[in-house]
Amino acid sequence: MRFDLEIVAGMVGTGQRVLDLGCGDGELLETLISRQACEGVGVESDPEGFHSCIGRGVPVTQGDLEKELPATESESFDVAVLSLTLQAVRRPDRVLAEMGRVATRQIVSLPNFGHWRLRADLTLGGRMPVSELLPYQWFDTPNIHLCTLADFEALVEETGSRIEKRVLLDGAGRPARGLRSTFPNLLAEGAVYSLVTP
Amino acid sequence: MPGGVGLVETRRAALFGPDRPFELATGERLGEVEVAYETYGELNADRSNAVFICHALSGDAHAAGVHEGDDPDRPGWWDNIIGPGRPLDTDRFFVICANVLGGCKGTTGPSSPDPETGQQYGLKFPLIQVRDIVEVHRALLAELGIERLLAAVGGSLGGMQVLQWSIDHPGEMDGALVIAASGRLSAQNIAFSAVAREAIMRDPDFGDGDYYETGKRPDRGLGLARMIGHITYLSEESMRQKFGRRIQDAEMPRFGFDVDFQVESYLHYQGQSFVERFDANSYLYLGRVMDYFDPFGDPVHLQEQISGSGTSFLVLSFDSDWRFSTSHSREITNELRLAGASVTFREIESPYGHDSFLFEIPDYHATVSTFMDRLADEAGIAGG
Repeated sequence: MRFDLEIVAGMVGTGQRVLDLGCGDGELLETLISRQACEGVGVESDPEGFHSCIGRGVPVTQGDLEKELPATESESFDVAVLSLTLQAVRRPDRVLAEMGRVATRQIVSLPNFGHWRLRADLTLGGRMPVSELLPYQWFDTPNIHLCTLADFEALVEETGSRIEKRVLLDGAGRPARGLRSTFPNLLAEGAVYSLVTP
Repeated sequence: MPGGVGLVETRRAALFGPDRPFELATGERLGEVEVAYETYGELNADRSNAVFICHALSGDAHAAGVHEGDDPDRPGWWDNIIGPGRPLDTDRFFVICANVLGGCKGTTGPSSPDPETGQQYGLKFPLIQVRDIVEVHRALLAELGIERLLAAVGGSLGGMQVLQWSIDHPGEMDGALVIAASGRLSAQNIAFSAVAREAIMRDPDFGDGDYYETGKRPDRGLGLARMIGHITYLSEESMRQKFGRRIQDAEMPRFGFDVDFQVESYLHYQGQSFVERFDANSYLYLGRVMDYFDPFGDPVHLQEQISGSGTSFLVLSFDSDWRFSTSHSREITNELRLAGASVTFREIESPYGHDSFLFEIPDYHATVSTFMDRLADEAGIAGG
């Protein structure tokens, strides 16, 4: 499983009702259901990912998560997961608020656009950055709302949620150590957050 | 169509009789129940590969293949999904389809003789519910020696039967495919149903439903009911594509009250051909079955029944269906999920309206195939 998903799975815990927004091929949910006794359901817009979920026995709704979320019952889940997807939604603020409405805890992972190499690409190279985590060109990228870790944390504060836990990621998506945790907004390639709504 | 199930025949089973009457959910009894059914494929040794098809309002047991002497280009009503290599793969699954209780295609209904009087029931046939239809399906399965289904599949009223079945008898099926269905008819649905019913009952030849021996049938009323129904089965877009404002058999409009536009001619044809193959009383009874359907009425019961049943649901809707729009399927999905069920939901893009479930739409068939493959793998059914 992708490293950031291992971290997410660890944060979710056991026996939880989980909504995975942008669940891809359903790998995370399958693990949560089979290994951690969770009940889960995914939302995936891509038909191929949707069919992979069916093949894994993971219940899923095919659709746009920004349309599916408002149709979801309030407080019907313990945890809502949004993994490397926040930057691709039209209104990240609304998605975060909706996640807070439907689930007590929200787990969000995102790439850090404040990483020094991306800053350097733009500042010194004068071109939009392309990296391992963000492999697209500016014109074909699904990532329309990139932000830095500092930006994200400011938004969380605004929505009234609280950051319960944060795991910083290095370029390979593993938990970051050392200097990266001293200057996360400059040195961490990404992060996984666990948020709670009061 | 090549690759289908080939030559098939409708069989009949007498499931209830004088020594064993059929008791309806209301407590009323039917002295005799006979069922018409067809099967495709082979039941495997451990009887684990049975797939039951529930048909819609005007359907019958003849879901796939052709009958002896029939036009090979006009196979059963759901032939495109049933057969070797098709989503309901008869190389792997034993597929069963039975005419519903209250129908008029070989299963006991209002046009069957009442064993007490020897005369056809007419409106003396008891009002039935979806759960009665399901109980008769289950009696047929018992007769065939099948205790558990790999899947039950149905569109429209068929999907409603699957839903009721999965709730009333949790654990009897691994998969439940509920397609273009509703868990609760809307006011608009009931309104259309009311107009169709009025059309039949106001026909002077209806005679309170006792028309079987008068030599006259309420064909005008039934035809009109079918015309109304047919409008709700198509989408505005599919009507535009199919007919536009074209004139039937002419270039210029004839200006008058007779059939002039192609769409009018089509509806007339639908109405007329329907009266030749369907009984007006059956239409009334089955329409009412849908109006009163409410399996989510008791949420506590629902949760007790559903949670831990082990049934996986596939709920599908079509974006151009305005008879049972996607909101109906969403409601089914939400209700089932809240009750603790494992539910996969997809809205399929299709221009064909409510009738979409009968069409061979690649996205739709791919999803049904994938879901059936998963069920088969889980149950250890070979092939695929």
